[in-house]
Amino acid sequence: MTSNRLLLLGPGLAWLTGLLILPCGLIFVLGFFERGVYGGIDYTFTTENFSRAADPLYAGIFLYSARIALTAVVISLLIGYPAAYCIAQQPKSRQMPLLILVMMPFWSNYLIRTYAWIVLLNREGLINGALINLGAIVEPLPLLYNDFAIVVGLVYGYVPFMILALYSSISKLGPELAEASTDLGADSWRTFLRITLPLTLPGIAAGSVFVFVLSIGNFVTPDLLGGGKRTMLGNLIYDQFLTARDWPFGATLAFLLVALMMLLLTLQAVFVHRRAGNEEARA
Amino acid sequence: MSAAAQRADPVRHWLQAHLGLVYLFLYGPIIVLIVLSFNRAGLPTAWTGFSTEWYSKLAANAKIINAVENSLVVAFVSTAISTVIGTLLAIGMEARRPHPALEALVAAPMIIPDIVLAIALLSFFSLLKMTLGLHSIILAHAVFNIAFVCTVVRTRFKHFDRSIVEASIDLGAGAFTTFRRVTLPVIAPGVIAAALLAFTLSIDEFIIAYFTAGPGSSSTTFPMQIYAMIRFGVTPEINAVATIVMGVSFVLVFLSQRLNREVEA
Repeated sequence: MTSNRLLLLGPGLAWLTGLLILPCGLIFVLGFFERGVYGGIDYTFTTENFSRAADPLYAGIFLYSARIALTAVVISLLIGYPAAYCIAQQPKSRQMPLLILVMMPFWSNYLIRTYAWIVLLNREGLINGALINLGAIVEPLPLLYNDFAIVVGLVYGYVPFMILALYSSISKLGPELAEASTDLGADSWRTFLRITLPLTLPGIAAGSVFVFVLSIGNFVTPDLLGGGKRTMLGNLIYDQFLTARDWPFGATLAFLLVALMMLLLTLQAVFVHRRAGNEEARA
Repeated sequence: MSAAAQRADPVRHWLQAHLGLVYLFLYGPIIVLIVLSFNRAGLPTAWTGFSTEWYSKLAANAKIINAVENSLVVAFVSTAISTVIGTLLAIGMEARRPHPALEALVAAPMIIPDIVLAIALLSFFSLLKMTLGLHSIILAHAVFNIAFVCTVVRTRFKHFDRSIVEASIDLGAGAFTTFRRVTLPVIAPGVIAAALLAFTLSIDEFIIAYFTAGPGSSSTTFPMQIYAMIRFGVTPEINAVATIVMGVSFVLVFLSQRLNREVEA
């Protein structure tokens, strides 16, 4: 049995150890070395990369990325919550097809979905064209190659994750609680604020962490929709590897990104765990 | 109850209208590209008549054909590898409650940002002084595909009655026969669904391929070619590419979902 199980797990374990754990471990180690003269790696120990990451220039890029990612999170929540709530209210047999329809775009090409927004938002694009034809504007609006376009692209790419996370939280609530609240005289808005919203906080946390992490590490959207003028964390890492050829510093930045992601996921897990504990204590 | 339902009705209507708009938001841009790909002028400003000339232009573009061939090789090989390894991993993990560290290891490739995995693999390959090319993209794609296949196949075990495995062994069948005649038929739809998803993920993946393809254009994949075209500017050819890519992805995902649903019913 044990040898059988090893036979089953062995290849997968070997692959993921060799091509995931070791490379990621290497990234962590690389951050402590110096950049070689010709762009290679000089194996002399240093902590300079980490202090350099705190430099106002890079801290600024980090804060800017976080701000953009946070904006994408908030808008995804505002769009995603009512949508997930509505899906959870549908008859059981219709919920699954509706969710699959939400997730379908995720499985298709991200580059092309991003490109679609270039077509829609550019100066001669569909939206400007329509607005000019309607006489609403004379000059085309600057919709593309700015923060607005980046946020639109991120929300477009990741709102399905948000809806999925929220749905799995909302669909766990039975109608009984809301009915009890309404029967006790609370109006539906009050019921939502006092009952539904607090009970679905774990879903909100999970969806937000997902969208934030995917957004802050994104490289394609700022590159294509930001017009390459704006640097986000993902672009900075890209540049260190392919343009500046400072691999140790790029590795440090990647390591910090993963550390931030782990921190957020841990916080979210602790938060969900504690709520579950509270509910058990109450029951 | 009916009074409450009545009161909630306008809210419900608003929610449904909102959901409709969300679907419009998700699919509108895709539909625009599809429509434009058949526009003779190819530009979003005016409809100048139906035409398939952008598709014939694509078929004559050697760079694109070459990139598609590369992508197909990468997707087929990485899917084959990860379907076998991921399925074995799933069976092994379902045989007994897996260690949390193993669970984390399988979840990691799905949540780690693409750019991080991309540079980690590039650094690792160059440390090993490996020449880069299609083979290194295949190695890289199998990392996240093994995780996806394993996760999809494991969901299949939720409906799996373990006692039939014991019954088979009690009746004298060996471990391999039991696997082939009992376990495999039950999980087969999940395995095929997982393979279809893995293929879709691989053929659409850009960043990891971009970093692990190495210099030179011989190992340019289809998404890398698309990226180059987009960077170059809005050309009507991309609309045709987009329509084909979207169509293929949607068909694969649709098939995969159908397969996965069948057993639950």
